[in-house]
Amino acid sequence: MKILVRLLRYTGKYWAWTVLGVAAMCGGLVTRLVVPQLIQRSIDFGIFGQDSALLLRMVGYIVLAAVIGGLIRFVDRYSMEYMCQRVIYDLRNKLYDHLQTLSFSFYDEAHTGQLMSRVTADVETLRRFLSRGIIGLLENTLLLVSVVIILFRYHAGLAAASLVMLPFLAWAVVQFGRKVRPAYWAIQAQVATMTATLQENITGVRVVRSFARETEEEAKFEVENRAYQERQLTAVRLSAFYLQLMDFLSNFGIAVILLYGGRLVISQVLTIGTLVAFTSYLTQLMMPLRMVGFIVSLSQRATAAGERVFEILDTRPEIRDEADAQPLPPVEGRVTLERVSFGYGHTPDELVLREIDLEVPAGTTVALLGATGSGKSSIINLVPRFYDPTAGRVFIDEHDIKHVTLESLRRQIGMVLQETFLFSASIRENISYGRSSATQQEIEEAAKAAHIHDFIISLPDGYDSRIGERGVGLSGGQKQRVAIARALLMDPAVLVLDDSTSSVDTETEHLIQRALANVMRGRTTIVIAQRLSTIKNADEIVVLDQGRIVERGTHEDLLGREGIYRQIYDLQLRQQEEGER
Amino acid sequence: MGHFHFHGGLVDEDTKAIDPKNLRRLLRYVLPYRSQFIWGVLMMLLATGAGLAGPWLIRTAVDDYILVGDYQGLSVIAATYVGLHLFSWVANYTRQLLIARVGQSVIFDLRRDLFAHLQRLSFRFFDRTPAGVLISRVVNDVGAVQELVSGGILSVITDVVTLTGIILLMLSMNWRLALISFVTIPVMGLLANAFRLRAGRAYRKVRTQIANVTANLQESISGVRVTQSFAREQANLERFDRTNQDNMQANMEAVSVFSMFVPLVEVTGSLGTALVLWYGGRLFGAGQVEAGVIVAFMLYVQRFFGPIRDLTMVYNELQAANAACEKIFEIMDEVPEVIDRPGAVEFSRVSGEIVYDNVSFAYVDNQYVLRDINLHVPVGSRVALVGPTGAGKTTMVALLARFYEPVSGAVLVDGVDTRDATIKSLRHNMGLVMQDTFLFSGSVMDNIRYSRPEAGEDEVIAAAKAVRAHEFIMRLPERYETKVRERGVKLSVGQRQLISFARALLADPRILILDEATSSVDAYTEVLIQEALERLLSGRTSVVIAHRLATIRRADQIVVLDAGRIVQQGRHEELLAQDGLYAHLHAAQFGLRG
Repeated sequence: MKILVRLLRYTGKYWAWTVLGVAAMCGGLVTRLVVPQLIQRSIDFGIFGQDSALLLRMVGYIVLAAVIGGLIRFVDRYSMEYMCQRVIYDLRNKLYDHLQTLSFSFYDEAHTGQLMSRVTADVETLRRFLSRGIIGLLENTLLLVSVVIILFRYHAGLAAASLVMLPFLAWAVVQFGRKVRPAYWAIQAQVATMTATLQENITGVRVVRSFARETEEEAKFEVENRAYQERQLTAVRLSAFYLQLMDFLSNFGIAVILLYGGRLVISQVLTIGTLVAFTSYLTQLMMPLRMVGFIVSLSQRATAAGERVFEILDTRPEIRDEADAQPLPPVEGRVTLERVSFGYGHTPDELVLREIDLEVPAGTTVALLGATGSGKSSIINLVPRFYDPTAGRVFIDEHDIKHVTLESLRRQIGMVLQETFLFSASIRENISYGRSSATQQEIEEAAKAAHIHDFIISLPDGYDSRIGERGVGLSGGQKQRVAIARALLMDPAVLVLDDSTSSVDTETEHLIQRALANVMRGRTTIVIAQRLSTIKNADEIVVLDQGRIVERGTHEDLLGREGIYRQIYDLQLRQQEEGER
Repeated sequence: MGHFHFHGGLVDEDTKAIDPKNLRRLLRYVLPYRSQFIWGVLMMLLATGAGLAGPWLIRTAVDDYILVGDYQGLSVIAATYVGLHLFSWVANYTRQLLIARVGQSVIFDLRRDLFAHLQRLSFRFFDRTPAGVLISRVVNDVGAVQELVSGGILSVITDVVTLTGIILLMLSMNWRLALISFVTIPVMGLLANAFRLRAGRAYRKVRTQIANVTANLQESISGVRVTQSFAREQANLERFDRTNQDNMQANMEAVSVFSMFVPLVEVTGSLGTALVLWYGGRLFGAGQVEAGVIVAFMLYVQRFFGPIRDLTMVYNELQAANAACEKIFEIMDEVPEVIDRPGAVEFSRVSGEIVYDNVSFAYVDNQYVLRDINLHVPVGSRVALVGPTGAGKTTMVALLARFYEPVSGAVLVDGVDTRDATIKSLRHNMGLVMQDTFLFSGSVMDNIRYSRPEAGEDEVIAAAKAVRAHEFIMRLPERYETKVRERGVKLSVGQRQLISFARALLADPRILILDEATSSVDAYTEVLIQEALERLLSGRTSVVIAHRLATIRRADQIVVLDAGRIVQQGRHEELLAQDGLYAHLHAAQFGLRG
């Protein structure tokens, strides 16, 4: 309930539309309730009473009521829907904005697919609830009450008799909600399972074939396929039963009117017109009853969806500007880590960095080395403040990065990460991603320095070529060089890189090397190094093990020490060295 | 009133012709269930008849009993009315069940056939068809057909029967009043058709726009780290806002179509009621119609709209199903390229000699990726394939496993052309370890056992121990029963590789094909992998696409490929001594200064 109330607060801005919608709904209700009365008069006085002037008038009213009712209903639907669409639009923007501020730690745990479904599907559920849920509940309750009152005023006995089946109908509606809807959800779940099985089979086709497991795969799929069929049939069976039952019950009411009402007409208590009006009111009564069940389930789903949506909005970004944060003035680029400890979890024994002291003088390069989990990436993530240290401080020049604004900090740090992410936009837009104001010349210079310019102009649309799903497919090496150009264009004082690329062919490897050398020149660089050349060219090598710095020095220093570096060198790097000979 | 579900009909196929061939072929799937289908139609006829009789009974009640004052007769009519609807309940229920069963059986068969066919299709097919497309064929397109089979076909019959039934009943009761009432039919038809077109257009727009929102979102979320790195949040928000706004506008257009349509239909409906009352009143005055008929007519005119609306949707539904059928049958008609020949021999356990005899191969006509390859791999020896990207290394091993067949020449195992052996027996003799280890959802145990489902637990563990995977598996939360993939643990590249080694070892193949992974793993894992590799390769004939120096050095022969030809062949030292591609590659790959 709290969730729904909170959702309603978003409609506050558009209260005028809501009022208009509700007013129109009430007006529409009146026109609908008045029609059976008009029919009754037409029959009793116009037809049986042979008053053709009155008949014509009544018939005119019926059409008029329909036209007015139609107009009003248009206003009702349109204004409510307009209000909802605005609310949903606001909510989506808000969610999007908020998602962008959330910290890396949030995305470490979140699934992209789930986040997306919150912004699309869940928000859509909320819209459906807003547009038809509350107003529907109001409308149907009003309709139900007024029809019952009208029926009783006509003839209490007949009203009571024809409403005898109401409890049964209510029961059927409840049953429908309890059994049929879950049955349809079960189908959806099964579709997901079946699709997953299929997807695995298709993406794993090479493994399936190489182990000659086709028959078993078919059997596996048949199980899911069969389950789907059975669930479908269950749902059809349940829904056919209950829907037909509801149909029968309302017709039972009509039979009661026919029998009892007919007797009343014969004994001249009621008129034929009343009988017809009675029938038509009874038909009007069926809709609200069915709708109530629907609305209840709608609000249940909206509550669940709202919970998921608000959960995102309530997540506070861990990393945000301090209240007194100042913009970082242009820096020289000295990076200092002062007794920095860091853990992704919350307990002290999960620390991945322990009391790291590190100073990188402006314009020099530090290469980080170590096994997976030794803490290399964590150091790289702390400098642009993607995470905050658990203890200790990080400085750029003499500024504690905690006290400067995030934007000003990150604008002075260039990043080339291991998994290159490019946006599906033109190459130009991708390179100028961090500086939209860059000129064509600047973009080209960056691309040249990153050794990707020649490739770009070889494309049919040059810098305007779209990349990504519906555009040019770039190889891993090309993507990485675009990312290097992107970082270069920002002309950052500090550069953090992850040099560990997966395999590229020799030519590309060479280009990347040269691009990296270009980008590192004259900047403070912290690099997770995998290539011997990068390591050798570094001013200092820092070897990490289990979150601590265990060795540091130049290549020659460390080689002589017979420590971890020596081991790594023997295992991984030496073969690169041998290749040189 | 107020039920305006335009189920399934609003598809975005524009005016596309319907090919009766597709529907006929689909009908063949229905044929096995024809008796159920016929029963279903019969039930439908009965149920529709019962439903239509309702107003007619009311007319009788009014004219023959109420106005006459016949209590007895009135009771009989009321009882008949209840009985009729009881019957209609049962008939409708049975009909829906029967038809659903037919529809679901057809869908089941279609999916099964499609899936089974996919298991036979060759790699060439999978190379050019993205997985997403295939999934959509089996899930969505078959789903679209389901709409037609379990709803569409029958609802057409129902609608036609209902509409004709009403018209005939009305004409028989009073033809003059009937003709006047029919005025609303064409109006409703026009309305429904206009709506169908407009709503279709509006929905297409909505779908495009929501797809844009989703795409934008997907990219923004997966790229959020880059966005934050470059402090681009504001610009992104503006971009999203535009997409979001377009989406809202498209939705509002759809909303106005709907909001306009519902009232228009209601107005037309009231017009029908008004006509019946007005003209009925005049006829009544002239003694040409009974009061009950007027009441019945008022009930009948309200039933016009449903069938008319549905009938206007039929064409769309047929189009959708036709389009879906076309896509489904296109896959079904795809001929598997690699199939067992008649009289193919069963390999039992081969000794493992491999010969490439003048093999050439092209994926696309005349664009050769391998030319005149001649290679002899003796039993138990190790070949390392080396060469730049696109040289043809992967193709060579794919031909050996007979994922493709040579355009000319032959690949022989133990002196037998692989095309003359059954695919299954050939592959049972081979183990394949690919660069990207594919894990299936299930436990670690299931994944290792994938190569030999009948293997006992101890055998699986033994294999895992042999390739040094046991250690890390025992550290997983549920050891061998730990689930991988979705909602399971995330394994590192190196760990996945070790699992695939265990998988291959368990199968104990005579021939091992290995595409060495290149992604960097940490030093410790690297050592494990190299040791495991030795265990895996020893005592088998192996063909390795090699990236590691250690692997290459231990090969009995190194084959250097370039642009589809073997350019050098020999041992490491020999090749290094020659100033050829090998020496060049070696220098480039294993050491470069910036």
